[in-house]
Amino acid sequence: MSDLAPVGTPPSDVLARRQGLREGLLPWITTPILLGALIGLWHAYVKWSGISHFILPAPADVWTEWLRLMTNPRGWNHTYWTLYATLAGFGWAIIIGVGLGVAIARVRWLELTLNPFIVATQVIPKVALVPLFVVWFGFGVTSKVIVAAVLAFFPILTNTVLGVKSIDEGHRDVMTSLNATRWQIFRRLELPSALPYIITGLEVGIVLAIIGAIVGEYLGGNLGLGRMLIERMNAFEMDEMFAILIHMSMLGFLLYFSIGILRRLLIPWHGSARR
Amino acid sequence: MEHVPMTAAQPAIVLSGIAKWYGTRDRPVHALSSTDLSVGEGEFVVLLGPSGCGKTTLLRMVGGLIAPTSGRLTVEGQLLWQGEQRRPEAVSELGMVFQDANLFPWLSIEDNIALPLELKGMARAERRMKAHELCRLVGIGGFERRWPRELSGGMRQRAAIARALSYDPKILLMDEPFGALDAMTRDAMNLELQSIWMDTGKTIILVTHSISEAVFLADRIVLLSPRPGKIDTIVDVPIPRPRRSDVQSMAAFQDIALALRQRLAAIS
Ligand SMILES: Nc1ncnc2c1ncn2[C@@H]1O[C@H](COP(=O)(O)OP(=O)(O)OP(=O)(O)O)[C@@H](O)[C@H]1O
Ligand SMILES: [Mg+2]
Repeated sequence: MSDLAPVGTPPSDVLARRQGLREGLLPWITTPILLGALIGLWHAYVKWSGISHFILPAPADVWTEWLRLMTNPRGWNHTYWTLYATLAGFGWAIIIGVGLGVAIARVRWLELTLNPFIVATQVIPKVALVPLFVVWFGFGVTSKVIVAAVLAFFPILTNTVLGVKSIDEGHRDVMTSLNATRWQIFRRLELPSALPYIITGLEVGIVLAIIGAIVGEYLGGNLGLGRMLIERMNAFEMDEMFAILIHMSMLGFLLYFSIGILRRLLIPWHGSARR
Repeated sequence: MEHVPMTAAQPAIVLSGIAKWYGTRDRPVHALSSTDLSVGEGEFVVLLGPSGCGKTTLLRMVGGLIAPTSGRLTVEGQLLWQGEQRRPEAVSELGMVFQDANLFPWLSIEDNIALPLELKGMARAERRMKAHELCRLVGIGGFERRWPRELSGGMRQRAAIARALSYDPKILLMDEPFGALDAMTRDAMNLELQSIWMDTGKTIILVTHSISEAVFLADRIVLLSPRPGKIDTIVDVPIPRPRRSDVQSMAAFQDIALALRQRLAAIS
């Protein structure tokens, strides 16, 4: 083969590896450039338009505030509570969403019975229910956990149902012909087969969970980044408010990214885990 | 090795009066009318027939995947179906190979091959060893750690055969296992299947659309006709073993192939 290739052309495996490398590196170059350009634009706009500091602070001021936030134990305490509400709510959403999803996908009458209720709970604007949760569960962290769980639950449930229902009939035949028990079929076929779908549900769910936690914090209690942001806003401290906004976004980004890592670890065989 | 078909005291598989109706939305489909067939220990039987004549239906009933509507089916002397209920102890001597390899994409090749052993509770190290051995047997040595998607169609089919062989069942049921392969690969797979069969002495029922594949592999060819599916003729293939790929040019081979082709044309 190699003596048929044009002189000076590296073997195709080297080319393939090089292309993989190029695609892997590209976002590491383009993303910072684009980000830098956006911040530059922001800076220029604030500088030349003469916009009020109370409407849009300069990026440099926000940066200073963010550094202060990061070195301030109070900031970390609020971050901790937001993270706690998000992850606890997300955890409950996984347990209930995956458990109920598997049951619904397997038991037809359960699906027919529960479907109207699940759809109903979904079309109710849940954010509008947050004040009610605060009344019921108090101003503490519990109500935030519940809001986060309620928001994250639905995509996890629907994706689990879809995943378990999409199992290949041929794969089922293999397990049946091998005399597998119900538990073995669940553990060795249904779970791994549904995992790519479940992880997609988790990716949507984690983002909704953090939204739920923050909205919960807006409306009550004295803990969390949401609370902190409202306080800063009421005090017209726009630099700090923006810093908190960016801090929240980064937290969301980090959580979303962790699910991506989970995807690579749990389903390395799946097309979606490849780069 | 000398192969002696049909002489064992007890047949491996016996179908008596096996029939299948599928219940569908409008009216029931008569997929297979009352069928009697006996497959001897160590025999290689090929099911041949036009599309829709009930080959898959028959094989899936023998494989314990769908219940017959009526009749009696025994595997190694054990009753397989008790009404709609499958008796698990009768399935243990059966290995199935499907038209699609049906490998689990989340398991490496060796874990796929060892899946039956894992379900039976064999220790990991022992499973691995067995899987490596089987990979070499079916000619995919060195691919143990790959994902199924990294293998070609023919290699995946080999892995599926290895999986069916892993727990050493006495009977192999194969539904168009090489249907998706090109002619060259298919010939190679046929040769290999023959040698595996001769080495292991298993009983094999294989479904195919290909007349030459049928004549090459079979001790006996069961020709089925459609609407409703039933056994049309049973043809013996007395060509000595091991058959090499050039048997296709032998007069005996061509005579059988021609007779089958004419009969198939008449019933389709
Ligand atoms: N699940 C099912 N429900 C209803 N009818 C079915 C079902 N499976 C098969 N049939 C019908 O039973 C008949 C036999 O089907 P079968 O799949 O056994 O044929 P086959 O010989 O394997 O065909 P092919 O060579 O195309 O694979 C066909 O008429 C088919 O339409
Ligand atoms: Mg078929």
